Amino acid sequence: MSADTALMDDLMIDAELDKRYGAAAVLRRARLRVRRGTVHALVGENGAGKSTLVKILAGVVRGDGGALAIGGAAVDVAAWDRRAARAAGVGIVQQHGASAGTLSVVENAVLGVEPLRGPLLELGPTAAALGELGKKIGLPIDAAAAAGQLPLGAAQRAEIVAALHQGARLLILDEPTAVLTPVEVDGLLGTLRRLAADGMTIVLVTHKLDEVRAVADEVTVLRAGQTVTTFAATPEAAHRDARLDVAAIARAMVGSDLPAAPPAAALAADARTVLELSGIRVGGELAATDLRVRAGEIVGVAGVDGNGQRELALAIAGLVRTAGGTIRIAGSDATAASPAARFGLGLAHIPEDRQHGGLWLDASVADNLALGRADLTGRFRIDGARVRAHAARQIAELDIRPADPAAVVRTLSGGNQQKVVVGRELSRPHLSCVLAAQPTRGVDLGAIVRIHDRLRAAAAAGAGVLVISADLDELLALCHRIVVMLRGRIVGEREGSALRGDGARAALGGLMTGAEAA
Amino acid sequence: MTAGTRRELQAAAIALLAALAAGSVLMLIAGKSPAHVWWAMVTRTASDPYVFGQMIYRATGLALTGLAVAIALDAGLFNIGAEGQVTAGVLACGLVGTALPAGTPAVIAIPVCLIAAAAAGGAVGAAIGALRVWRGAHEVITSIMLNAMVAGVALYLGNRFIFRGGTTIGAAIAPGAELPQLGIGGSPANASLVLAAAAVVLVWWLRSRTTWGQAWRAVGQSPEAARTTGISAGKVSVLVMTGSGALAGLVAANFVLGHKHAYEAELGAGVGLYGIAVALLGRMHPIGVGLAAIVLGFVSAGGLAVAELVQKELIEILPGLVMLAVAAAAAWVRRTEAAA
Repeated sequence: MSADTALMDDLMIDAELDKRYGAAAVLRRARLRVRRGTVHALVGENGAGKSTLVKILAGVVRGDGGALAIGGAAVDVAAWDRRAARAAGVGIVQQHGASAGTLSVVENAVLGVEPLRGPLLELGPTAAALGELGKKIGLPIDAAAAAGQLPLGAAQRAEIVAALHQGARLLILDEPTAVLTPVEVDGLLGTLRRLAADGMTIVLVTHKLDEVRAVADEVTVLRAGQTVTTFAATPEAAHRDARLDVAAIARAMVGSDLPAAPPAAALAADARTVLELSGIRVGGELAATDLRVRAGEIVGVAGVDGNGQRELALAIAGLVRTAGGTIRIAGSDATAASPAARFGLGLAHIPEDRQHGGLWLDASVADNLALGRADLTGRFRIDGARVRAHAARQIAELDIRPADPAAVVRTLSGGNQQKVVVGRELSRPHLSCVLAAQPTRGVDLGAIVRIHDRLRAAAAAGAGVLVISADLDELLALCHRIVVMLRGRIVGEREGSALRGDGARAALGGLMTGAEAA
Repeated sequence: MTAGTRRELQAAAIALLAALAAGSVLMLIAGKSPAHVWWAMVTRTASDPYVFGQMIYRATGLALTGLAVAIALDAGLFNIGAEGQVTAGVLACGLVGTALPAGTPAVIAIPVCLIAAAAAGGAVGAAIGALRVWRGAHEVITSIMLNAMVAGVALYLGNRFIFRGGTTIGAAIAPGAELPQLGIGGSPANASLVLAAAAVVLVWWLRSRTTWGQAWRAVGQSPEAARTTGISAGKVSVLVMTGSGALAGLVAANFVLGHKHAYEAELGAGVGLYGIAVALLGRMHPIGVGLAAIVLGFVSAGGLAVAELVQKELIEILPGLVMLAVAAAAAWVRRTEAAA
């Protein structure tokens, strides 16, 4: 009895929750117990219910039933909203950010709890406090910047600092590293460890097991809305990497061992060029750039976010005005072509942000899989049967969940949303060139395997594939050739045997940060 | 029923109830018994064919302007300029109808007048769309300005060329252009009801069954996704505003061809603005817009029928109340759904 009481006191979160969306049970008595002052990783495949679970904890989404105790005090699940959660010291940094874009960082931080001086807002002291706090915990922020203008990583730092400023005792981070560069990831993980050492409780939603290994004290695995098991680290392990059995965690996540990635197929020597950029420039963001991708080739663009990759992708897709240079797709000059005309030349475009660009969130899976695809819908009257058949095929092939063509895309998890984008783009007829920007950002292992398979298949079928990714491991697993971008330029290139072995990673990393010359 | 449909129906029902309650409070303040007034509106509309016909007549016009506002809103554009597009349509319809030789057969006269009305309204709508897309001028501002300009031009042309001897009425249109009356108690309800119903069905079909409808809704709800997948948002915006203006211009069929048989100053005034209430209450869905037009037609005609019980101005407030209530209800339903 007394042992139980002690355990209860020790728990920051004791939850057993149910949640349904319509007919689909997202959480079924999902159990999560988090001890105070620990970093607790919550892992699982996309659609396992991780995001829903933490949104209920933070009062962003209301649970349907079950039991919840925060800081040892039982609360009413039906009445647990964001206001109550904030008052109880629960802070959350959501996967896609929750900042009002036109407001500044400090204005976002005080939303709903505005400090007043008489009838007027008084932001000065808060801004200074945020700046101080950020510096102290190693997350420097610019409190005056408009949240919507910040790079994703900086916006996320601002949200973390704001949560701490609001007095969070429990900090929930939903896939925080999905938008970060490797250096930023290391910094964030270090910060999380320090915060936990100072007594903060942290719940980290992720599916990257190297992060789990680096930072977690305990790991809870969710699968299909249920808790599979919880692993605890052995602090006395001889080697830090031996604290957690990562292979066992991976098995618990997917229910089986992971398949090994097949090697990239060899390239024909006489393969024709399907994408050719000559001296293409975009504003001050992309300096005159040359790049060629040949049929069957997978070329990676590595680099820290914000070094011109975004502009490169937009220029190829025809979504930004170029200041000079030419673009040829499948041998035709596409420099002045509309996006639709480029699709006509055999381009497929997986945009970097599925929520702002990739998907029509309020439409169904079937409609999204056929959006802009006149080859499927017909030019005027929509061929409903064909659209549904196409949707059924893609859902089966990519294992999109829920397997319902009528499901509204907004209700899908991030990974399943990404599969919808990939399904639409890579099923285009007569593909000549695939542009994939951050194709697996914030996506779980199972979905990554499927998306990589589809990209390899597109290359094997004769398309040239250009993958832009902040994840170097992804590029190393996929590409025949990798170019590195820094400050709007391609600063280096590696291919073939230079991509194998332990030195490749370090060399490319050096190019990315400018530490190593090409 | 999908969750979306249920949410829209909830919003409309809550808005109607709220407007009913607010209207009742106003009647109480004016010293009338709300129950008595509402009941009189219902019974007189149901029992008096003339009032019923007035409801149909008004609903016909409101359905067309409601559709006009609804398709624009669906594409993310707030066409507050239906009023000016109606004026342009009525003017063009009256002018063309008058210019036709007296012996023109109906099969030619009616389509020609309809095309003139739609083209005039569509031109005003297209101007608003083009200014939005190519000059970045906000459609609410330009449409308010165009409303005033069109009204001014119509008045000038009327005084200079159209109105006859001290009146504000123009010459009669060719007899062949007249649309038959439905003959409901001597009311002005006429065959444009068929036109309005056809417009409802056409918009419904375009919106749900064609790539055009998909493109205009995608541009409205997710402009970035539309652009990324190769839909030209600019072209779609201009086309939708043209269609929106054309629908509003077609109201001339109801007022000119079906009822007055001549151009009249101020003919159709207000029906463009009430179209906003109709579109919002109908939750932008064509079928909903048709039903909302009947509801507001009832309020408008029924209000006339109980004129001796309650001041006309009090009834004229009701569409405004509906508009406020439906905006509030839509936000409220969305929020409670998000929290649920």
